[in-house]
Amino acid sequence: MNQNNTITFLIFILLILFFPLFTASSYNLSVAIFAGINALLAIGLCILMGYAGQISLGQAGFYGIGAYISAILSLKFGLPVIVSLVAASAVAAVAAMILAVPALRLKGHYLAVATLGFGEIIHILLNEFGPGGPSGFGDIPRFDILGYVFDSSTSFFYLTWGFVALIMLFSINLINSRTGRALRAMHDSEVACKAMGLDIVSLKIKVFVLSAVYASIAGSLYVHYITFVSPSTFTLFHSVLIVMMAVIGGINNLWGGILGAIIITVLPELLRQFEEFDVLVYGLILTLSLLFFRKGLVPIIAEKLKKLRAITVADNQRNT
Amino acid sequence: MLTIKGIHKSFGGLTALEDVNFSVKEGNISALIGPNGAGKTTLMNIITGIYGPDKGEVLFLGKAINNMPPTKIANIGISRTFQHLELFSTMTVLENVMVGRYTKTRAGFIASGLKLPIAIQEERESKLKSEEILEYMGLLNRKEEISSNLPIGEQRILEIARALATEPKLLLLDEPAAGLNIKETKALGETIMRIRKEKGITILLVDHDMSLVMKISNWITVLNFGQVISDGIAADVQKDPAVIKAYLGAEDDIS
Repeated sequence: MNQNNTITFLIFILLILFFPLFTASSYNLSVAIFAGINALLAIGLCILMGYAGQISLGQAGFYGIGAYISAILSLKFGLPVIVSLVAASAVAAVAAMILAVPALRLKGHYLAVATLGFGEIIHILLNEFGPGGPSGFGDIPRFDILGYVFDSSTSFFYLTWGFVALIMLFSINLINSRTGRALRAMHDSEVACKAMGLDIVSLKIKVFVLSAVYASIAGSLYVHYITFVSPSTFTLFHSVLIVMMAVIGGINNLWGGILGAIIITVLPELLRQFEEFDVLVYGLILTLSLLFFRKGLVPIIAEKLKKLRAITVADNQRNT
Repeated sequence: MLTIKGIHKSFGGLTALEDVNFSVKEGNISALIGPNGAGKTTLMNIITGIYGPDKGEVLFLGKAINNMPPTKIANIGISRTFQHLELFSTMTVLENVMVGRYTKTRAGFIASGLKLPIAIQEERESKLKSEEILEYMGLLNRKEEISSNLPIGEQRILEIARALATEPKLLLLDEPAAGLNIKETKALGETIMRIRKEKGITILLVDHDMSLVMKISNWITVLNFGQVISDGIAADVQKDPAVIKAYLGAEDDIS
């Protein structure tokens, strides 16, 4: 991690630590928890889209797998929640591998449609064969680690954002490593990658699996927070929302995933005051921000900060 | 070291290569020349596995490689540069070379993400080695630049640096002098000779620039309309009437 990343990461940790001190309202905390869950989904997609140049419109499928497997294992089989989370991630990883082998031969629109189909299949399977069918099931145990139950909003807030921080750390390390460089290189020139001896197919499969595991962890957190699950959460609409988060925040930057997730989660809540026009305003804001900030918000903020720093440095030099 | 045996390749009705035979001796700088459309780049792509030949064999160190995918061929010691630059354009100069170290390192997704000791160790070594190569190629002072911001001449040098990072036994250079001025071409020629001499890497060079080719190569193969029309040392090839005809047109063509 370079110096800039370290500073940003420390600020991020501080924000997480202090957020619950500023707001005691469980409504605010629950919006923040959903933002964190969405952030996990969006970070995975940022790596997949922004760094490796692949697209997925089926992330809600992996999110659903994580949620259902985790819920079933802990409720019906009595497994500890953390074990269910790991097992669900493993199932999502296998599913991603099975999907990736044929799908990653496809590119662009074709890959988008193939992953979209996968998401829909999972949705249908959950509807038909999931416990409770379309109406889902409840009484799922709360998240606990070694007997400590995360039953307050504050504790669950820390749990969720703790996961976001860990996954962010893992992802930053990954992007700045041999593997991350290979992913970025693949995005720039596949033919040169082959000439350098990179196994492109295996890299693509692995990054796809990684994004599926992130989505599955998000799903596990979701069900052990809400303690209820139904297929209606894991629709194409949510897959598109995840893409939206990544794009609004900036797909070429991992922080973009987090910022995008926060915006997409918080915005509808803020727009409640427009009553029946809220959807309209929501759509308008998203469209405009895509029109004017094509690269996403984080790159723009980073550029502004850089300029600001350059100005202050220049000022300091003039003053001395 | 490299033997091309009876290679045929056609695209649709167009015959790009017809019964091409030649070989590259270990320790030589061999050159493959010929007018536009002679099939030089096609041959390069067949050697590196981007295309398979319709007929014929490519032997590298005695092993047939014509059915291997490009990744495998890169792994057994053939590296290349591209006529149309294929740098990782959003990455820095140093990062480009470090991608070249990929097959010499092991750390996977988990080791990298968790920053296990092996990943840290490899990263340090890979960086050192890459900087060494950049210094050797005279690009070390550019290491933090985004590669697409370099002038063409330096981008071509960077492509060679990246190829060297894979520690090849055979280095294929596809028109490395394209877009370079006379001074840059001269410097490039010296660099290529130095790589052969100091690193002991065999080189196969494809180029239009006759002055460069004649000056640095020990062996020249001339290709025209997909066929080898001449093969020999520079002085002999230069005098070969078939070569003069291919490049300048025959005397009766002029009238």
